[in-house]
Amino acid sequence: MQIEMAAAPLREGARGSALGATAGARVVRAWLPALSLGLVLAAIAYLNPRAISYFGFNLMLNLAIPIVLATIAQMFVITGNELDLSIGPFVGFVGCVTATWLNDAPWLGVATLIGAVGLYAALGALIFLRNLPSIVVTLGMSFVWQGLAILMLPKPGGRAPDWLLSIAAFKPSLVPLPIVAAVAIATIVHFGLMRTSYGAILRGSGGNPAALARAGWSLLKTKVFLFALAGFFGVLSGMTLISITTSADANIGSGYTLLSIAGVILGGGEFVGGRVSPIGAVVGALTMALAASPLLTFMHIPPDWQVAANGAILIIVLAARALVSRREN
Amino acid sequence: MIVKLDGAEKHFGAVRALEGVDFFASAGECVGLVGHNGAGKSTLMQVLAGALAPDGGRIAVRGAIQERYSVTRAQKLGIRCVFQELSLCPNLSVAENARINHPSLRGMAWRRRAARLIAEKLDEIFPGHDIAASAIVRDLAIGRRQMVEVARAFTITQDPVDLVILDEPTSSLDTHTASQLLAFVRRFVADGKSCILISHLLGEVLKNADRIVVMRDGKVAAVDAVSAFDRDSLVAVMGAAERRAKPAVEGAGPAQESRALRVRARPTQQGDGAELVANEGEIVGLAGLSGHGQTDLLLAIFSAANRRKAGVEVSAPVALVAGDRQSDGIFPLWSISENIGIRSLEKLRNGLLISPRSEAELARVWQQRINIRTPDMGQNILSLSGGNQQKTLFARALGSDARIVLMDDPMRGVDVGTKLEVYDLLRQEARNGRTFLWYTTEIDELNNCDRVYVFRNNRIVANLDRRDMTEEKVIQSSFSDAN
Repeated sequence: MQIEMAAAPLREGARGSALGATAGARVVRAWLPALSLGLVLAAIAYLNPRAISYFGFNLMLNLAIPIVLATIAQMFVITGNELDLSIGPFVGFVGCVTATWLNDAPWLGVATLIGAVGLYAALGALIFLRNLPSIVVTLGMSFVWQGLAILMLPKPGGRAPDWLLSIAAFKPSLVPLPIVAAVAIATIVHFGLMRTSYGAILRGSGGNPAALARAGWSLLKTKVFLFALAGFFGVLSGMTLISITTSADANIGSGYTLLSIAGVILGGGEFVGGRVSPIGAVVGALTMALAASPLLTFMHIPPDWQVAANGAILIIVLAARALVSRREN
Repeated sequence: MIVKLDGAEKHFGAVRALEGVDFFASAGECVGLVGHNGAGKSTLMQVLAGALAPDGGRIAVRGAIQERYSVTRAQKLGIRCVFQELSLCPNLSVAENARINHPSLRGMAWRRRAARLIAEKLDEIFPGHDIAASAIVRDLAIGRRQMVEVARAFTITQDPVDLVILDEPTSSLDTHTASQLLAFVRRFVADGKSCILISHLLGEVLKNADRIVVMRDGKVAAVDAVSAFDRDSLVAVMGAAERRAKPAVEGAGPAQESRALRVRARPTQQGDGAELVANEGEIVGLAGLSGHGQTDLLLAIFSAANRRKAGVEVSAPVALVAGDRQSDGIFPLWSISENIGIRSLEKLRNGLLISPRSEAELARVWQQRINIRTPDMGQNILSLSGGNQQKTLFARALGSDARIVLMDDPMRGVDVGTKLEVYDLLRQEARNGRTFLWYTTEIDELNNCDRVYVFRNNRIVANLDRRDMTEEKVIQSSFSDAN
């Protein structure tokens, strides 16, 4: 926005090439997520060639799909220039519901999850109508979700519904399930957000809300819709997480908040301006999932240091991303 | 008659943007709308386009009085507006931006239809353009964005287009594309449609409009067929109808030559040798249309005070009085005293800490000198009215050790009483040797200045001495077509 405002009405402005010099940097940026994923994969292949196999991927990407889904949820919130600090605890809460009510009293479980998505939508409305900073609202909500999760499951336990376990146990031939799922998620979300006519409006609500409102679109609706989508994908994330772990723990989603934000940014998204990429976010989430644990294990980094090493990787990757963006501007 | 406005009024706080404006646009004519900054042109357009609801008056479209007028309603009735500030979404493609203004572009193959819609219109208005419908707007240079925006306003899906309001449509276009656009406007009007053309390029308006409306101080100052005007008469009507007396020249302290040089600065895009010079005890005005490089130069001078900067020479401490006080000026959580003291912390220090006593003393002195109306300077700054908040910012600058005070259009939205009080104080401070650089969009305020530099397109285009400075000259230089 500032660029437009700073550009004083200069008659010379229109001269020069049709595309600014920035287009090249944009291409680099578009390929950066794939490049970082490639680097992480190459490092894994170098350290442990046997990991690059059907079985190896199944194992390494075991926990990737919940992270991918949480990242997509975060991406929808970021599309509208907001940030969701509660997605991790929310995933934990959904996990607890999935491992208890959804198994014991399916209708109650389903109603609770639908209600949770509705609450997410209501938060979007609250943030828009009261003009509240989403960081504050979602930070507050993170304690609410965490508390609810502990109320439901004071100590680790519960059991995933059988139908969920059988979905997770499905083994497609040739390509491991996590990769199939990641491609499917990326395709569906890309189509929905980047190709549909309302998807353009949703992204526009992050790019120039004033212009959108002036064209007669309801910003309340776009915000509610984006938050509802975030809630929906958060629910999917929690359910897939439980399908893998089979039982739940109130803190199971901790760490997802940061991973999801990092995944979106690593995938080429921006915190403001409605610039997001679903495919990039999925690739970013996969990179984070691989870098978070398998890579470090293969590097023989002791578990005590893995969290710190994780942080270091995050800083390096995001710094590379920031360098590219700076060139673009 | 497509649209008719009767007695439209609009106020923004103390500012009266429109004071009973009558306006109409008929089919088959291009109405030119001219006026200086703050004359009310943009407000009038926003009212016509439904983006602002007027506080009073009636709006009728094709004879039907509109009760619940809005952008959506205007769109339905065939009235479109290209707003001055770019209203494209930079993160979307050209085609997707077209979609935003056309709710009917949906369903299957909407992307192809949107791309064709905008591409055809671009081809029609700007033949030979090289904008791809799939290009992301952020990647387009500013001129091309403006082309997209203009073309988008003329696209038709389900609603008709009968009247298009173009607010400075050529400001970012080069001569070639600007003439393409204006030729298209003539064709559009010849088809029985209507256009309102707002431009600060008077030649453009004189050449393309059928009728010209001149606005001044929120009122219509003159309306007539284009043949009734020429450049000089337009400038004369835009300027003051009645001359306002200049404040008497004060006994000008020491002679000009003997005063110490305080600031010497040259805009980065200047090109020729013109530069801004300010000496000790002078009030120097920066004039011209808003956004033509005045603020940039002030900020350059401000940063040059601490760090060497090419083309700018500053020889004393500097303070800045911000124009947009909400975002650049006040600390909303602090008290009035703290807001004043922040520029003078060095002076208020007692060991490592700020002495509350000195802070309160400084605040008390300035409360009296500048007359900040509050029972308690320890109260939150937001408890003050806008004018008194602005006085607090002046107190911050004047109470500091700064010998040079930069003012970035600080009187925006300030009531007349406050203004007069501050003017007196400024002249008094100038007599005591302080230097003021004063960017203002209000021509009356320039009468307080010893010398005025007029800016256009980020360059100094005129240097008017106090004796030669007239409103006509300032307007003439700000609007000069020579480029």
